[in-house]
Amino acid sequence: MRYPCTMKHRPLTKHLRLLCAALVLLAAGAGAAELRIGLSGEVTSLDPQYLAAQPNLTVARHVFESLTDVDTQTRLIPGLAERWRAIDANTWEFNLRRGVKFHDGSPFTADDVAFSLVRPLSIKGSPGGFAAFVRAVASTTVVDAHTLRVKTKYPYGALPEDLNSILIVSKKHAQNAGPEDFDSGRALVGTGPYKYLRYQRGDRLELTRNEHWWGKTPAWDKVTLRILPADPSRTAALLSGELDVIEHVPSADIKNINKNNKLHVTQTTSWRTILLHLDQYRTQPPGVSDLSGKPLSANPFMDLRVRRAISKAINRSAIAERVMEGLAVPAANIVSPGVFGYNSALKAEPYDPDGAKRLLSEAGYPNGFRVTLAGPNNRYINDEQVLQTVAQLLTRVGIQTRVEAAPMSAFLGRVRKEETSFALLGWGSFAADLSLRSLVAAPNTEKGYGAWNWGRYANPKVESLMEQALGSVDRNKREALAREAGTLAMQDLAFIPLHHQVVSWAMRADLAYVPRTDEFTFAHHFTPR
Amino acid sequence: MLSYVLRRLAWSTATLFVMSLLVFAGVYAIGNPVDLLINPQADQAEIARATALLGLDRPLWEQYWLFFCGALGGDLGISFAASVPAITLILERMPATLELALTAMLIAITLGIPLGLLAGLRPRSWLARSIMALSTLGFALPTFWVGLMLIMVFSVQLGWLPTTGRGATVDVFGIPLSIFTADGLRHLLLPATTLALFKLALLIRLARAGTQDAMLQDYVRYARAKGLSERAVVRSHVLPNILIPIVTVAGLELGSLIAFAIVTETVFAWPGMGKLLIDSINVLDRPVIVAYLLATVCLFILINLLVDLLYAVLDPRVQAGDTQ
Repeated sequence: MRYPCTMKHRPLTKHLRLLCAALVLLAAGAGAAELRIGLSGEVTSLDPQYLAAQPNLTVARHVFESLTDVDTQTRLIPGLAERWRAIDANTWEFNLRRGVKFHDGSPFTADDVAFSLVRPLSIKGSPGGFAAFVRAVASTTVVDAHTLRVKTKYPYGALPEDLNSILIVSKKHAQNAGPEDFDSGRALVGTGPYKYLRYQRGDRLELTRNEHWWGKTPAWDKVTLRILPADPSRTAALLSGELDVIEHVPSADIKNINKNNKLHVTQTTSWRTILLHLDQYRTQPPGVSDLSGKPLSANPFMDLRVRRAISKAINRSAIAERVMEGLAVPAANIVSPGVFGYNSALKAEPYDPDGAKRLLSEAGYPNGFRVTLAGPNNRYINDEQVLQTVAQLLTRVGIQTRVEAAPMSAFLGRVRKEETSFALLGWGSFAADLSLRSLVAAPNTEKGYGAWNWGRYANPKVESLMEQALGSVDRNKREALAREAGTLAMQDLAFIPLHHQVVSWAMRADLAYVPRTDEFTFAHHFTPR
Repeated sequence: MLSYVLRRLAWSTATLFVMSLLVFAGVYAIGNPVDLLINPQADQAEIARATALLGLDRPLWEQYWLFFCGALGGDLGISFAASVPAITLILERMPATLELALTAMLIAITLGIPLGLLAGLRPRSWLARSIMALSTLGFALPTFWVGLMLIMVFSVQLGWLPTTGRGATVDVFGIPLSIFTADGLRHLLLPATTLALFKLALLIRLARAGTQDAMLQDYVRYARAKGLSERAVVRSHVLPNILIPIVTVAGLELGSLIAFAIVTETVFAWPGMGKLLIDSINVLDRPVIVAYLLATVCLFILINLLVDLLYAVLDPRVQAGDTQ
């Protein structure tokens, strides 16, 4: 494009020059495609390996990529690795994409990958948790610039899933970089679709398109990611036209946005399953008593009939339709529909208060008992209302339930001190066997099982199937085993599944986005329509 | 005077010490930040490793002792969530909050004193009644609601002003400030008005009460008897006399403005210290919480000292230090 002020032969006065500069800016503004997105989570650090929290990773995945990627349905697809296969039970080989370059022009090689796999363990003061994704790795061997072999400590089928969470940094730039080098953009050099432009902590990150990206060229040459955790403010910024897209649309605003013909909402079932953990290890769990407040002689949650009664007493479709305002799908599985290991044959338990009462009588509690239900009030969609509704439904069949809702920080503190016996948790995962390992396997520090199995449910049969699944490098075999283990755990009600959340995005009417099960918001996947 | 300042400093140091101790123990009692920060796939070993890395596995007294030694050297610890020194995070956000609070105070003073004066001079007029109604609303309406309403009207419906965020900044002596750019002012207007509303209501009441009281005083009567015009009476006799309590309150309220800014900052996504505090409390980022509260206490102490000194300037009868 040519602009008048590029014609140098005619001398211009200072004012004219300024005017021209302004015109150029205006013209550039009109021609350039910019996408402004409102994110809901606080980004704490731009270092992609410092903290494995979704807001940080959302931002990081614009700049960095991982070996394996996942599609909108959480199924694995090639990322920086074109292919991978298990050579034997303990060795995976990754063939890296050729011709990929970092933002500074340097080539992407197996050395960068090997470096990125060990770096999480060496970051000073990082509460990150990325080490969990490389715990199975015994060693890595760089075969050539584009081939990498990873030896695992034990047969491990979920390595491709785990490595999806490890973003590949440039060895050259990250080697001696501190957190401030990432925040200033110096070390923020990846292979991804967008490059660092400007960052204001707690406010926004501005990015420009990486014109040499190997993937399909994104429609936007500039992207601004605004950090707006307050729900009403995020909606207001979209309504006023300051933003083009917002993620996690507040449930109360969806109806109004859908009525607005300049905007539209797109949504899908998220991978986040909301569930209730039940104490299954103490004879007298805290908060559980008979109707007069005296301790019971046995822990009622250990009785499958009581667990089934609780499940039958909960009206999942009413919760999904009314409390969640449509932002939930009743759950019967440990993972969301479409996720690896999902069993479509399992159907959500229908609401059956009479059946629940019968089961309670059979179990020896014809008049019910008292429990305390604990949970967060600032973490999941309408979490406190869900707790209140469950409590009312349980009280209706005789289980007098008191709700103790607290901010996530205080709630988790109580859980860790083992002061709760009936508690709500939300969980998202790529695969049923991975979920089982954290939520259902008996807590075992050595093996790393059951870190979030608050009720200490233990079932050797489920665990052995889960171990076989995780140890299987044949994906079909692994999925069948994971499905079987998950089904068994759900039939035994290791925990009470409530619902899978629905995740939503609101955007300008002329934009399109394929909603992602993993809840990620990626500027490069938005298209004009 | 010097002994007065020294005494104040000693008290302040003690306050800071007790504050840090309370906050430290309080955050410790709530829970382990690692549980909140760590990725859910992490196993027990990884949680233990991260806890040890942050020094959270040590006994509370030892953690405090390490913090205390660091604090003496000016090191308030490193943020768990951001891996940046806590004090850096706070200083980075401080200009935004101070800018917002001072603008709000400016709005409250420049509107509040004249309006209060007007209402006090003719308490029975309809103007006075409307001013008082406005002030009642200012007291009664919750800040977050006012903020959201202003956003809905001026940003969403009318489209005149931006909804959230801070505008473009320019560096003034190395401090990024947004009050000197047009874009910055546009962004500042709504949050500053929201924040000012309560203080405006308060100053109107103070100025009105002061004026009504002063108008009955002998010196006003004498001034009138001297043949001064009503305007001159108000300017040189009423106004200076009502300013003393107003300065005291305004000074104290400036401190609370900085603290109250939390709600406004959250609604308007204003990247100030208040928003940082909320985010830090949500993940139990103790170094930032402690550093924030210490910084706020320091700010309060400083403001109180300045108010005392200003007091002495305004009223020659008062000498700083005459507190007994």
